Amino acid sequence: MKLAGFFGGALLLCATSVVAGEGKLIATAGLNQLEGAGGGGIVPWATLSGYDSRDEMSVSAFATRVNLDDYRLHVVGGSLSLYDRVELSVVRHTFDLTTLGGDIAQNVYGAKVRLYGDVIYSDWPQLSAGVQHKVLQDTGIARALGADSDRGTDYYLAATKVHLGAAAGYNLVWNLTARGTNANQLGLLGFGQQQDDGLDIMLEGSLGVLFSRHLAAGVEYRQKPDNLGLGEDNWWDVFVTYIPSKHFNVTLAWAELGSIAGAADQNGLYLSVGGQLW
Amino acid sequence: MVTKQFARAIAVICAIVTLVACASTTESLYQQIGGEQTIEEITENFVYEIEYDPVILEYFAGSDIERFKQKLSEQLCMVTNGPCEYTGDSMSQVHGGMNITESHFNRTVDLLINAMNKAGVSHRHQNRILAELAPMRKDMLYK
Ligand code: HEM
Repeated sequence: MKLAGFFGGALLLCATSVVAGEGKLIATAGLNQLEGAGGGGIVPWATLSGYDSRDEMSVSAFATRVNLDDYRLHVVGGSLSLYDRVELSVVRHTFDLTTLGGDIAQNVYGAKVRLYGDVIYSDWPQLSAGVQHKVLQDTGIARALGADSDRGTDYYLAATKVHLGAAAGYNLVWNLTARGTNANQLGLLGFGQQQDDGLDIMLEGSLGVLFSRHLAAGVEYRQKPDNLGLGEDNWWDVFVTYIPSKHFNVTLAWAELGSIAGAADQNGLYLSVGGQLW
Repeated sequence: MVTKQFARAIAVICAIVTLVACASTTESLYQQIGGEQTIEEITENFVYEIEYDPVILEYFAGSDIERFKQKLSEQLCMVTNGPCEYTGDSMSQVHGGMNITESHFNRTVDLLINAMNKAGVSHRHQNRILAELAPMRKDMLYK
C-alpha cells in the first residue's frame, strides 16, 4: 500500500518535469544498498541513486537476495532522486528463517541530502547526510530476544570519491560512512535492548575499482553494534558489478555476515539487480 | 577474524593494482596513446560526434570548427605531456556566457569518450586523459 503510494507520488512528480536523469557518466550512479539508499551493497554512499544531474530527476528500482546458511533475505525497493540533491527511498525486507521456519518483515524509509561536491569533479569527496527510518512488521522474535523497540532511525554521514585513472589507469572509488544506529541486524531483530536503547556510532567503508565503464569490483565493510549480546558480527563482502546500461545493473557478491541470532558463520551469495526506470 | 579477511581482500586488490602499475613504462601519456596521429583522430571523431548530437551541436552554431580542432588538439597534446603548447583562450573565456549545464557537460564527456573509443584509446589511457581535463569543469559550468 505504502509502496504503491510512494511510486504513485514519484510518477506524479515526474509528469511535471521534462528531463529524466541522463546527466552522469555510466557506472558513477552506483547501486541501491540493502536499506535502499544509493550506495554499494551493504553501505550507503554519498552518491545519490540514479543518473540525474542538477537539472534532472530519476527513479530507480532494485531487488536483492542474500542466501545465508540459515536465513534468506529478500529486499525490494525503489528510490527517487531529485536534482542530484535529495534522494528518497523505500524498501521492504523479508527475512526468511529457512532453518527455524517463518519470516520477519520490515519497511525502511530513507532520505538523503547531498551536502557538498561531486563524486568525480570536486577536489574534496562528495558528502551527504541521510536517515533510514525502520519499522519492523513482525515483532515477536525481536521482543523475545530482548529488543527495546520495534522501530528505529539510523543517521549517517557519507563521503565518496572517484579518482579518475588512479589505480594504474583504472578509476578508483572509495566511500567512508559513519552511522548512528541502535538497529539489531538491520532492525530485523528490533532496536536497542531494554537496558540500552541509545545510538552507537559505527563505521562503514567501501573500496572499488572500475575495470571498464561497465564492470566494477571491490570490497565493503560494515561495523555493527551488539546490543542483544548475541555476538552480532561486523559484515563484509566482496562484489562484482556489471552495468551494461544506465537502466540495468547486476551485482554478485560473497557476503560474510557472521553470527545472526545465535547462528554462527552466516555466509552466502548476494545477488542484486537494479537500474534506473526513468 | 572477519577484519583479517577484509584486510586480505584489500591486500589482493592492492597487489593487482600494483602489478598493473609496474607493467606501465616511463613514456609520456602522449607517446603511449600514439602521439599526434591519435590526438588528431580524437579531435576529428569528437567533431563528428558533436555534429550528430543535436543538443551539443547547438552550442557550436557559428563557431570556427577548424580553429576548435586545432586548439583542442594542442590542449590534448599538452595535457598528455606531448611537445605542444596550448595557444587558445582560457577555458573560462571560451565557455563563459554559454551557460553550460551539468548534464550537457556530462553529455559532452560521453561524446569525447566515444571519440576516444573510436580512435582506439584504451580505457586506462582514457581515464588518465579525463583526469587531466576534469579540473577544468569548474570554469565552464553555469557561466
Ligand atoms: C573538459 C571539457 C572541455 C574542454 C577541455 C574543452 C576545450 C575547448 C577548447 C580547447 C576550445 C577552443 C578554444 C579556443 O578556440 O581558443 C573549446 C571551444 C568550444 N567549446 Fe569546449 N571544452 C570542453 C567542454 C565543452 C562543453 C561541455 C561545451 C558545450 C556543451 C563546449 C563548447 C564549446 C564551444 C561552443 C566552443 C567554440 C567556442 C567559439 O566558437 O569561440 N565545450 N573548448
